[in-house]
Amino acid sequence: MTTRYTKDHEWVKVEGDVATVGITDHAQQQLGDVVFVELPEVGTVVEKGGDMAVVESVKAASEVYAPISGKIVAANQAIVDEPGSVNLGAEGDAWFCRIEASDLSELDELMSRADYDAYIATLD
Amino acid sequence: MPDSIKTTPLNGLHRELGARIVPFAGWDMPVQYPTGILTEHLHTRSAAGLFDVSHMGQLLITGPDPARAIERLVPADIVGLGEGKARYTVLTAEDGGILDDLIITRDAPDRLYVVVNAGGTEADLAHLKAGLEPEHQVTHLADRALLALQGPQAVACVARIVPEVERLGFMESLVTTVQGVEVRISRLGYTGEDGVELSVPADHAVKFARTLLAMEEVKPIGLGARDSLRLEAGLCLYGHDIDTTTSPVEANLAWTIGKRRREEGGFPGAERILREIAEKPARRLVGLRPEGKAPAREGAEITTTDGSPIGKVTSGGFGPSVGGPIAMGYVVAAQAAPDTAVHILVRGKPLPATVVKLPFTPHRYARRGA
Repeated sequence: MTTRYTKDHEWVKVEGDVATVGITDHAQQQLGDVVFVELPEVGTVVEKGGDMAVVESVKAASEVYAPISGKIVAANQAIVDEPGSVNLGAEGDAWFCRIEASDLSELDELMSRADYDAYIATLD
Repeated sequence: MPDSIKTTPLNGLHRELGARIVPFAGWDMPVQYPTGILTEHLHTRSAAGLFDVSHMGQLLITGPDPARAIERLVPADIVGLGEGKARYTVLTAEDGGILDDLIITRDAPDRLYVVVNAGGTEADLAHLKAGLEPEHQVTHLADRALLALQGPQAVACVARIVPEVERLGFMESLVTTVQGVEVRISRLGYTGEDGVELSVPADHAVKFARTLLAMEEVKPIGLGARDSLRLEAGLCLYGHDIDTTTSPVEANLAWTIGKRRREEGGFPGAERILREIAEKPARRLVGLRPEGKAPAREGAEITTTDGSPIGKVTSGGFGPSVGGPIAMGYVVAAQAAPDTAVHILVRGKPLPATVVKLPFTPHRYARRGA
């Protein structure tokens, strides 16, 4: 089980060929209080780097991109009902979707935790 | 950080308090503190929030009867404004558009104190100097800071250091001395709550801010909550809800134009503005409540329920006290009545919304006799 990270601050954790994806704790901190989440419907096909979800804070709306290509097999209704839970558990319970990955080798292009931490350290 | 970014006297304090700093109208300003915009917003509505608004332009106009002279630039009745009273108005252009919005306080027969938007300060200074007489002096009080304390407990807190505040009603102002320092205190603000703005010398600003922040009721509030508070209060933000393309009548600001000024005219854009008062404007700024949870943001198109374009959102977001999305925007007059059902296009999808009366949250100003 590996977790990988994108430059757009999504994380993806793979078990078998199912990838659970969400936004990083750094992303939720930058967004501030989350007040709205829009998730794709189950069955939607997403492409790596393409639009997947929308997350809005009091201040602004942000796109969440698919970190890996595949078909949406689950969407986390709990974060739609309680958007503020994204601020509390971005890298845990507040996952966004599960994707049946079409090409697991896409993960090789993403960052490890150490690389991601080094990346966000360069952003401020 | 580029050299051209300006900082207020409280910049160091904001950083010490853990603020996230962003550029705003050429200034380095706190957008939020570590507790976040929602908490800051709700704290201001329930207790007292301290805002650094030192980026705004504080001007002093002196000379013979400046109230009469400035009436050539604004549609408000300033001549009829009592000493120590403040009034909200707009600088209008010849075509009836709005150059800036401002608050004018009549200090004395020969002196006005004026607060303008940060982004408009330079242009407003030039506009005032050109529009007044040579014997009027327009001074930018760049050596003064401006702090706003807003919320139901704001006045009780300020009274501990400036007891005279209790004498002020809404839109009243006085100048006094606190520990040897000249302080101007005005009972007004930009949140819909009771509260004050304190103009203090720049080199005493940190001391005043720390004194207020040491009070249990007071927390620092950033520009993020300032924006959500003013939007819930239905107050216009220059450059968004009002600008050179909107008239005061379209913006629901006809209430700022006094009876005598309507009869006499004599301000820039009077022809259009008085015609719109008489005949009603073709479009109007309205409040909008989207259904569901998705906020409609500035720029989103507003349509009838069958898809014909009728206007655009000028401010929109989440209202923490309302507990849902709120917006303001211009719509054609025929669709501007409260309870009109409309659609707002959000990411290409029509979102049902309802035209509502402003404000979204009731104003709680300290009106005399209220």
